[in-house]
Parts: sequence; C-alpha cells; structure tokens
Amino acid sequence: MDNEEIVTFRVFIAEYKTKLTEKFKSRKKWTPPNKNHILAVIPGTILDIKVKENQRVKEGETLLILEAMKMANRIAMPFDGVVTSINVEKGEMVSKNHVMIEIQPL
Amino acid sequence: MSLKQFIQDLRERKEIAKSGGGEKAMQKQKAMGKLNARQRITSILDKDSFQEYDMFVEHVARDFDMEKKVLHGDGVIIGTGTVYGAPICIYAQDFTVAGGSLGLMHSRKICKIMDHALKMRVPLIGINDSGGARIQEGVNSLAGYGEIFFRNTMASGVIPQISVILGPCAGGAVYSPALTDFVFVVDNISKMFITGPSVIKTVLGEDYTMEEVGGAKVHCEISGNAHFFAKSEKECFEQIKKLVSYIPRNNQIWAKRIEAKNPQFDKKIESIVPGDPKLPYDMRDLIKSVSDESEFFEIMEDFAANIIIGFGRMNGESVGFVANQPMVLAGVLDCDSSDKAARFIRFCDSFNIPLITLEDMPGYLPGIDQEHMGVIRHGAKVLYAYCEATVPKITVIIRKAYGGGYIAMNSRHVRADFVFAWPTAEIAVMGPEGAANIVFKKEIADAVDPEAMRQSKIQEYKEKFANPYVAASRGYVDEVIEPADTRSRLLHALEVSRDKVAYRPEKKHGIPPF
Repeated sequence: MDNEEIVTFRVFIAEYKTKLTEKFKSRKKWTPPNKNHILAVIPGTILDIKVKENQRVKEGETLLILEAMKMANRIAMPFDGVVTSINVEKGEMVSKNHVMIEIQPL
Repeated sequence: MSLKQFIQDLRERKEIAKSGGGEKAMQKQKAMGKLNARQRITSILDKDSFQEYDMFVEHVARDFDMEKKVLHGDGVIIGTGTVYGAPICIYAQDFTVAGGSLGLMHSRKICKIMDHALKMRVPLIGINDSGGARIQEGVNSLAGYGEIFFRNTMASGVIPQISVILGPCAGGAVYSPALTDFVFVVDNISKMFITGPSVIKTVLGEDYTMEEVGGAKVHCEISGNAHFFAKSEKECFEQIKKLVSYIPRNNQIWAKRIEAKNPQFDKKIESIVPGDPKLPYDMRDLIKSVSDESEFFEIMEDFAANIIIGFGRMNGESVGFVANQPMVLAGVLDCDSSDKAARFIRFCDSFNIPLITLEDMPGYLPGIDQEHMGVIRHGAKVLYAYCEATVPKITVIIRKAYGGGYIAMNSRHVRADFVFAWPTAEIAVMGPEGAANIVFKKEIADAVDPEAMRQSKIQEYKEKFANPYVAASRGYVDEVIEPADTRSRLLHALEVSRDKVAYRPEKKHGIPPF
C-alpha cells in the first residue's frame, strides 16, 4: 500500500492515520432541502406549465405537469404563496432534483 | 439404414448444433475478446468432464417470422461436469445464437439444470452473456426469468450458486446473478445494469458509456454487486475454481479438508501491528500470519475496503475471515462494509464454514450522509448475521473494540464461542479521548491547566478501562493472549468446536433488516 495516500481521519474526537476510498472521497455533501424550491423528484419532461411568475397560487393548485416513466405527474403548490421564478420551459427535459420553480409563502 | 449410418447421422446433427450461431457469429464473439460458450464451460471444468444435455432443444416462438429461424440449443448450453473432481452443474448462454436472448425453451434448459443441481445437491455455475429477454417471445420470456429467480431463491443456502458475467446482462436478467452467492466479472467484458446508456440518454439526456454505467470496475468498487474482478476470462476461471475449492458442495456437508500446512509469512506477527491504536497496518498481513500456508482468498477486495472478508484454511479446513481494515477509513463500520460482512457471514453459516473475526475498529462512521443512507438498518445486518449464525465463531480483538461496533463484531454477547484479546486490545464504550472528555468533564473544566488535565485523564481512563482486562474480568473475553499464540489458540478453538450444536427457535424464517 502506498504510504503517500495515508491521511489523518477523524472518528468522533480521535484522529487515525488511514487511507480513504474513492467512494468516500466523492460522497456528496447533504444540504437541508429548501421548502421554496419545487424540485423534480424524478427525471422527466415538462409537459405543461400552469402558472406565471409573480402569480399568487393557492395550496394544492397545479404548478406544472412533469412527464416521467410514461406518467403525467401533476406538481402541486405545497402552500399558499407566490411564484417567484420559473426555471423550466415547456418540453424541457429535467434531471432529478432540478429546481423547476421557486416560490415564496404569502 | 445400418447402425453406422444412424451414428453418422447423430454425429452430423451434433456438429450442426455445436456450430451455435455459425462461423461468422463465432468470429465476431472472438473479435470482442470473448471465448464462446462451450470454451468457457470446458475452461472451468476438469478436462473431458463436461457432459452436455438438451443440445437439440429448439425454440417455440411462432410470431414475427420466428418459425423460420433455427436457433441451435436455443442459445444456451447446459450440462454437468467436475471441478477438482467434485460434481458441478453449469450453464452458459451462447451470445452467438440470437444474442443469447432468453426465450421459453432457453429458460427451460436453464431451469432443468438448476432443478438438477438442487436435487443432486451440487453447486451451480451460470455464465451470463445475453442481450436479455427475447422480445418476440413476449411474456413467455418474462415467465422464464421468473422461473429462474424462483429456483435461485429455493437453492439459496442449500447449494452454492455462482454467477459469471461474461457479456451483457441487462434489465431483469441481472436479478438472477443478484440472487446468487458470488458474482464474477471481467474487465471490459462484463456489463450489468437495469437501464443501459441508451435508456439513460433518452430519459435524462445524459451520456454515459456502458463501462461507466455497469462495467466490471463499477460493480466491484461502487455498487458492490460483484465479488470478483478479473482482467481476463482465463483469470476469472481460475478464481472460480479456487472459490469452489474452499466451499462445500451443499449445506449438509463441510468443505473438503486438505493437508494442513503452517503459515509461511515472512513477517513476525508482533511486527505487523503498531502499539499505537491510531496507526494503520494491513490487516491482510495479520490474516496471512495465522492462516495455513499464509493463503487468503479475498472476496470483494475493492468494495468497502474498510472491512475484509474471504476464505483461508486452518489446519486444512476452510474458514471465513471477517476483519476490520485499519488501513482504510480507519476500519470503521459503515453502510457498505456492514452489507459486505453480513452477507458473507450468512454464506459461511449456511455452508458450515467456521468464522474467524479479527477486530480492530473505532466504531461506526460518523456523518449525516451515513445516517441518511441508513447506517442503522445496514449496521443491524451485521448484528443479525452474527447472532443468527450457528457455525463455530471465534473472535480475536487486536486493538480497538469500541461501542456498538464491539458488540456487532462477534462479541461474546452475540454468541461468539471463543473471544480472545491481545494485550493491546481496548474494549470500551468509546475511545479514551472521548470518554475522558465526558467522564472527567468537570475536572478538566475546573483545572488550572485544562489541557494538561485532559491528557492526564485520558491516560487515567486508558489505564483503567481501555484494555482487555475489564472485559476479561467479567468473562466477556475468554483469555488475553500473546500475539504469537494467535494461530495455535485459533486452531485449538476450531478443533474443539467441530461438533458444535447451537439451537435457535424454530421459525419459518427471520426478518433480517434487508
């Protein structure tokens, strides 16, 4: 084993000399979800957008239709609020966790 | 017709069947760097031991002009043979025949040899090289996969099942290998995925190569779907034969005992492990210093390398080693290493292979990513597997055995038969630094020189608790041993455990935290 790769690695408060794995090094940092972001929970295509920027939308009203796995998913407003930004266009393909729409509570 | 003519006719028929997808397809297979299905089988089996069945099976598809097509053997070869003289059942998909696609008769052939393997209690080797379901056969093809999965599950824990991926293995087809005990892959040849690059491109617009999505390296290093990585088919076949030599034919017998030989490791066992528990060493050296001939056949070498699993022999008998690797991630337990160890423990338990656990780990890997990935349920698998196992179970605590990890790594409490500890062992709820900070919080805070007090309290804790003698005083550790006695202690423990009987309550099956 290559000594150069040995690093200091903290487990609780003790520090150990050890190597890291590629998988460990490339792990993604977790950030708490932003409730004002409407994310694509599944990769798919934007079939239709039902709202406009600055529009007031009531909880449960449709924001857009996301087609994924041959299913048209109705994406609803999670709370009463206003649409602050629309980041997708009709027909656009979005990957998972793409921020499709940004909103603000009233 | 004279008898001679009948025989001549049979020979001609066999020659035609053996031509598979024809000369051109065979050449194409070769050009891809792949052996053909029959060559693969004969490379694994003992010379001249292969006996083929169902050579004249033909497909039954009648739609899409399929009735006009002849598919020799319906794209799969089945048979029996021996490996090192021991019987084995084997099948190999023939990519030269309709891309090795799985139709009804193709699946029936596989099921026939699987049924035989289970009935005769001999191991099954499946060589996968197939484009997937034969679309022209529709639901019959899906039924075929389902029948195979059912048999894989029924045979699980009864006979060893080995999958060899020597070509594409995509979509539903991947679940047969996934249900088997060991998956072998070869660099640049094996491709396994549920959705391939073309589907990912269509759905997500993202471009990946087949190697990136499901190549041999991916499954050996990232996904953990494969257990053995080889650079060539030849190397892969040698690995398979080696594995077969370590395991019994079925769950009713023990693995074959061979002549016992002493370790031949050049390093002294005392020189391998640093006294400072924070310094690393290669745990494999320790395994090699106790195993017969210093042989260690490692499984899943490149996946979750913070734990080591594999086979060795002690006094000529197969044993399974489970050992923390301080050289990688300090040897912590995490989601991947727990999965890796738990499955191996269950394999050994199913097939009467005693378990030797070498412990040196600082606990579970802290971090929000681990918590969110479910380190609780994954970690629980190790506990479950050790608790459930009734084969002889022996633990040697080398250095660190902290917290929940101490319990999980085959402690007395989960029914280890023998627990030994080196004098360097630190068996405690946590490392001395953390413990001193909590236990002596007030003393440290009130001290004129808190740092000096902290160091003195860490030392005090170390002397009082971070050693093997507290655990030994309660009988949790059977004996504190000198490192040089490790092998002789293990040999004796295995010797006296050979006829171990351990009862577990009767049940349909447990509910492990899958």
